[in-house]
Amino acid sequence: MIALAILGSALFLGLPLAIVFTEALRTGVGAWASSIIEPETLHAVWLTVLTALVCVPVNIVFGVAVAWLISRFSFPGRKLLITLVEVPFSVSPVVAGVSYLFLYGAQGLLGPWLSAHNIQIMFAPPAIFLVSLFVTAPFVARELLSLMQTQSGNEEEAALSLGASGWQMFFHVTLPNMRWALFYGAVLCNARVMGEFGSVSVVSGAIRGQTNTLPLQIEQLFNDYNVVGAFSASTVLALIAMVTLVLKYVLEIRGAGASRGRH
Amino acid sequence: MRRLILAAVLAALGNAPGWAAQPSGPDTLLNVSYDIARELYADIDKAYTAKHQAETGQTVTVKQSHDGSSKQARAILEGLQADVVTFNQVTDVQVLHDKGSLIPADWQKRLPNNSSPYYSLPAFLVRAGNPKHIKDWSDLARDDVQVIFPNPKTSGNSRYTFLAALAFAKEKFPDDQAKQTDFLKKIFANVPVFDTGGRGATTTFVQRGIGDVLITFEAECYGTRDQFGKDQYEVVVPPMSLLAEFPVTVVDKVVDQRGSRALAEDYLKFLYTPEGQEILAKRYNRVVDEGVKAKYASQFPEVRLVRVEDVFGGWDKANKEEFGDGGLLDQVFVKH
Repeated sequence: MIALAILGSALFLGLPLAIVFTEALRTGVGAWASSIIEPETLHAVWLTVLTALVCVPVNIVFGVAVAWLISRFSFPGRKLLITLVEVPFSVSPVVAGVSYLFLYGAQGLLGPWLSAHNIQIMFAPPAIFLVSLFVTAPFVARELLSLMQTQSGNEEEAALSLGASGWQMFFHVTLPNMRWALFYGAVLCNARVMGEFGSVSVVSGAIRGQTNTLPLQIEQLFNDYNVVGAFSASTVLALIAMVTLVLKYVLEIRGAGASRGRH
Repeated sequence: MRRLILAAVLAALGNAPGWAAQPSGPDTLLNVSYDIARELYADIDKAYTAKHQAETGQTVTVKQSHDGSSKQARAILEGLQADVVTFNQVTDVQVLHDKGSLIPADWQKRLPNNSSPYYSLPAFLVRAGNPKHIKDWSDLARDDVQVIFPNPKTSGNSRYTFLAALAFAKEKFPDDQAKQTDFLKKIFANVPVFDTGGRGATTTFVQRGIGDVLITFEAECYGTRDQFGKDQYEVVVPPMSLLAEFPVTVVDKVVDQRGSRALAEDYLKFLYTPEGQEILAKRYNRVVDEGVKAKYASQFPEVRLVRVEDVFGGWDKANKEEFGDGGLLDQVFVKH
């Protein structure tokens, strides 16, 4: 069984990753580096990072608010809200992209109003931010919800009855209790934002050096027969992913240590 | 923490272009184009920007977007800010007038040659030595031949292939519609996989090694052969094929809003200059300039080209009768 698991991981996870790096470096480190500093690829890296910088914080705020609301209060429509938060998990990203197009596109619901006010959302970075937000909306909320539903509100009630203000309670009790789940959700959200292809492909317009995120750029380079370029760009994504994983691992160890120290 | 997040978001938004469509001075153009024109327009843009710089001292940048041309037309209708379009099918340009009023009805009259600076035709790419002896459209219906072309529902390139095969059938079996339909059915039964775009079909044929013959534009046939080795592939130009025009136009609504009309028109006119025509011909597109035509005559075999207007009564009629719901395409395009 163990052998099977190891073989499976090597075959399905390790090998493709190894291929990415060998293909990228096939013609030498110089070619690899110069395909990455190619302006259009570099711009794609920048746009991808920017998208993550916009989406992850928004998701954190949204996730905390929703999880808080659902786990600490009971109100009519609470079950509905839980389902609603999970909608992006079950909807194909392409559908998300298309529905945003129908909403914000020039022929969509809000399109005429937007273009009358000279606001360009579709086929520009705002569209990429919006669909990425939609697709990743459940990540932080989901992680926090499963944690907070197992925690009771006792510590928080204690803080309040000892005279803490709402915000004091949040920063001194709620946030410390949820921080590892929060961080884990943010890491997952970040990974998904950077890798998102389907929904972004619908709304980006694929303008090279302008609205191409890394995944789109990789596909285009591949279809340009620029295999080294495509794999080099892929290594950037893979490296970012690995850094995130290492970061998560380190912080998990520290997190485990910290919570042990408290008890 | 909260303030930090807010500050980060605001900073990021402030840096992001696009919230307001600022008229970013007319020193940039966006050329929205068809899928397989990537290499071609990379060359054109380089030559044009150099020429423009030399003549006016102004540095301009031409941005490119490439995808299936019907998908591109759709994106422009939904607000993709294209200054110019360079497509491979008249219908995909016409839709910008019909569905969005982005260009005037007479757009085809604004530039020479129906606004098509170059043309091509569906041709065959076969494996070296042409082991299956594929010479003409009739060979595609043989039982022992596997044919690759993209899905005519999504690819303009493939609609040309469909119409070319049909035009051939109409000549071979005049007045016998059953036989014409049967001929197309046989060809479609020989296609193991339908990709969505021209480049996808090329990848299927070349990199996945599927099929005996790829049908795509002559220019893509030669380009693929040069890319992957003249010892691996051969181009076969059938004796008869269909004229494929490559229409271009400025998108009036966009250029007037951005103030980029002069630059956009100048860019398109460049395609008609001897310099532009030579770049087009080097990439195996058939051109209209007599001088360039003569210079590259040897790379373009003789072929008799029929026109959509003559055989099918125009694109409107062809779209309705052949590609519309329940049209001929639906009859021959059965799942297998």
